[in-house]
Amino acid sequence: MIRVSEKPFEPGAELSAFENQTADEGAIVSFLGKVRPKGAGGDLIALKLEHYSGVTERSIADIVAKAEERWSISNSLIIHRVGAIDPGEPIVLVCVAAKHRRDAFKAADFLMDYLKTEAYFWKKEITSAGEEWIEPRKGDYDDVKRWQTSKLS
Amino acid sequence: MTRLLYFGKLADIAGGRMREIPAPDHVETISDLIAHIGEADAVLAAALADETVRYAVNEEIVSREAAISNTDEVAFLPPVSGG
Repeated sequence: MIRVSEKPFEPGAELSAFENQTADEGAIVSFLGKVRPKGAGGDLIALKLEHYSGVTERSIADIVAKAEERWSISNSLIIHRVGAIDPGEPIVLVCVAAKHRRDAFKAADFLMDYLKTEAYFWKKEITSAGEEWIEPRKGDYDDVKRWQTSKLS
Repeated sequence: MTRLLYFGKLADIAGGRMREIPAPDHVETISDLIAHIGEADAVLAAALADETVRYAVNEEIVSREAAISNTDEVAFLPPVSGG
């Protein structure tokens, strides 16, 4: 399931609900991304995320489909916040269920790398120094290339 | 009317997230549209033509040479940053 929403979410409740839907699986891996309190321009006041409704959800569905082709995963949940998000708040949750742990770890790692560089979100940092649009770091692009150039599977 | 959507930093450069413009008949592709925008705003046109920008017509990602019509929604998508 894919959910893009302005509403805050409670990671424990989401993971618990996901677990209840995937009772037959042996492994669930989850990743929670939180808003760091420091931005490039100093103490963060808020992050603002834009998306392109419809296009963003489909770009995430394409990423999930790629992961499903590559690993044996039975279910996934991706929650991504948009709008204004406070420092310390959860921004992204990825949960993957699989029969065995290796598929779940790899798929969750892959989903996060692609969410950072291929999903249609635009992130602006608001700090006391002003506002700045954030683009992926070189390391983020290197992370996603690992899946294209190596035999990671 | 052609509806233009600007995302991320491109909205700042354009001075807004949405514009509706009557595209002249000679505007047949996104490239043509950018050139047309450039007649009024060269800085914005240069930003829209940057190689890192992606384009969508009616919510489908397309190339810069994709055909557009006068009733389309054309979106300009700068480098993304999720997660």
